[in-house]
Amino acid sequence: MNPTLHSLLQFLQTWWVELTCGVVIVAVVPLIAGYVVLVERKLMADMQARLGPMRVGPHGLLQPIADAVKLLIKEDIIPADSDKLIFWLAPVISMTAALTSMGAIAFGPSFQVARDINIGILFVLGVSSLGFLGIILGGWASNSHYSILGALRSTAQLVSYETAGGLAVISGLLLSGTLSISGIVAAQEKQGVWFIFLAPVAVFIYLVASIAETNRAPFDLPEAESELVAGYMTEYSGFRWALYFLGEYANMIVVGSIATTLFLGGWLRPFPNVHWLNWLDYIPAVAMLLLGVYSIYRAGKQPVKVQTGFMWAVALACFATAAVFAVPWFVATLKFVIPGLNGAFWFLLKVAAYIYVFMWLRFTLPRYRFDQLMHLGWYILIPLAIVNVFAVGIAMVLEALGWSRWLALVPTTIVTLAFAALLVRWHDRRTESASTASLAQDSYAG
Amino acid sequence: MLDSILFYFFAGVAIVSAALMVTRRNAIHSAVFLITTLLATAGIFLQLGAEFLFIAQIILYVGGIMVLFIFVIMLVRLDVALHHLRFRMKNLVVILVIAVLGAEAGGIIYYARSLPGHGLFIEKMAQADKLAPNSEKLAQSLFHSYLLPFEIASVLLLVAMVGAVIMAKNKKGTEDS
Repeated sequence: MNPTLHSLLQFLQTWWVELTCGVVIVAVVPLIAGYVVLVERKLMADMQARLGPMRVGPHGLLQPIADAVKLLIKEDIIPADSDKLIFWLAPVISMTAALTSMGAIAFGPSFQVARDINIGILFVLGVSSLGFLGIILGGWASNSHYSILGALRSTAQLVSYETAGGLAVISGLLLSGTLSISGIVAAQEKQGVWFIFLAPVAVFIYLVASIAETNRAPFDLPEAESELVAGYMTEYSGFRWALYFLGEYANMIVVGSIATTLFLGGWLRPFPNVHWLNWLDYIPAVAMLLLGVYSIYRAGKQPVKVQTGFMWAVALACFATAAVFAVPWFVATLKFVIPGLNGAFWFLLKVAAYIYVFMWLRFTLPRYRFDQLMHLGWYILIPLAIVNVFAVGIAMVLEALGWSRWLALVPTTIVTLAFAALLVRWHDRRTESASTASLAQDSYAG
Repeated sequence: MLDSILFYFFAGVAIVSAALMVTRRNAIHSAVFLITTLLATAGIFLQLGAEFLFIAQIILYVGGIMVLFIFVIMLVRLDVALHHLRFRMKNLVVILVIAVLGAEAGGIIYYARSLPGHGLFIEKMAQADKLAPNSEKLAQSLFHSYLLPFEIASVLLLVAMVGAVIMAKNKKGTEDS
């Protein structure tokens, strides 16, 4: 055999799992991002008592594809005074960073591109933060005031909230004792508890910080449309704009995955060590089956024949997925894929729940003012995160001295919460006096 | 085979973008090429099995320092400022620096020829899968063997940070804008 071909075959034989995972991530994430947008619009409509997109496909199920086609064929405008090279490069950086950082995330026990990397969580954090280079460079290259202001705001916000988020991650890492992603999940499996119950304050800090890092409401100041048109994306249109958008939603999936891995037990099903709950392993197949049955039920209610047909197709897709989940239980040679499939199901379910909280907050809370954002970051979240790291550390030491884990963790958590209450109080008092002082001097204040 | 392809790829990218970084007139372009250089160097670290060094390079240099660089470049009109700062002996200094660096590199290579391993310093190579996780090794050496220098360095950084805050604070002592 040809030696080059032989070595190529050998290469494929060694790396086929990683290559497949990489291709799946790059191919599927844009589609998922599109449907996350649809879900967001539907949820927003639901919370505002509307219907949301209904025209393209039954219940707007084809809306993401229509949007993608629209964005692809839209006119691509490049401002005359912009820096062409950087303008071209910036959205690509934004999206590449988000997609690359997914390489180290473990979606299932072996569904991971960079499997042996023992600093996985740092890789995900570090590489996903490179996306901000895309934002700041794009804002600069557009040569527009709105864009540059949006980029500056976004950088300041990132620098402030990455510190708090990083410190929250440290509390989770203290509990697991490793930086490797599969190691963190394995630690939660061994200790039999998700870290959200051991470090609830850290989870809360990470939630707030990750919303700020992904530039979403109520912290969406870099693209606040009432102040900055569209922030750093003002001059972008068509497909470049779509790349930014894709990067943003991919980033949401990334922070959701970090939170899931660190605090929500990664790919583990609920109660992984309780044997009489083993029937939970059948849930993925049953859930997909029920979804298919529901689609058939909805198919009868569609007004147009085409939409009924499409709904049947959706039902068939659900049944096919259910079959993929169910068949390995009956075929002995395929048994080895069960943990992987179920793991991916639970992982994605948890990520979806995390993103749901994001959307829920977006439709509920009004936008922060920029100084409020900075105060929240520097005066409350960062001190709280530092105290929390100390509290978790002290609890770990006490546990090493022979205390029971809960006896060690509950008082330290209560102390952290008390400190949080104190911080908020101090901060309120200070801003009160500051605002009365500025009111006395400045008649435009308030 | 794959290893050497990757190495030459990273090394080539690092060298080319370093050259571009020096020659670009636009400061933002220079910053972008500096980022590429740093990323390519990080790739070489990763290839050597120094995973922690790789990610520290990305988080600290690319994610932290370069973002601040770009931040400053964006706010300061460097092209205007440079006209005031240009000094005449520039070419002389450039030639001098290149000569010193070249002499240094040449000297090292000449001296190293007498060592085993065809003119290159070669440490005994460890098997990639037999390396201990190097974040733990690093923590061991930082917090055991080199605890005092580590603490001194962090106190120094803290002093620098406090000094920067004091210098940046406006003179009246009001903190809120």
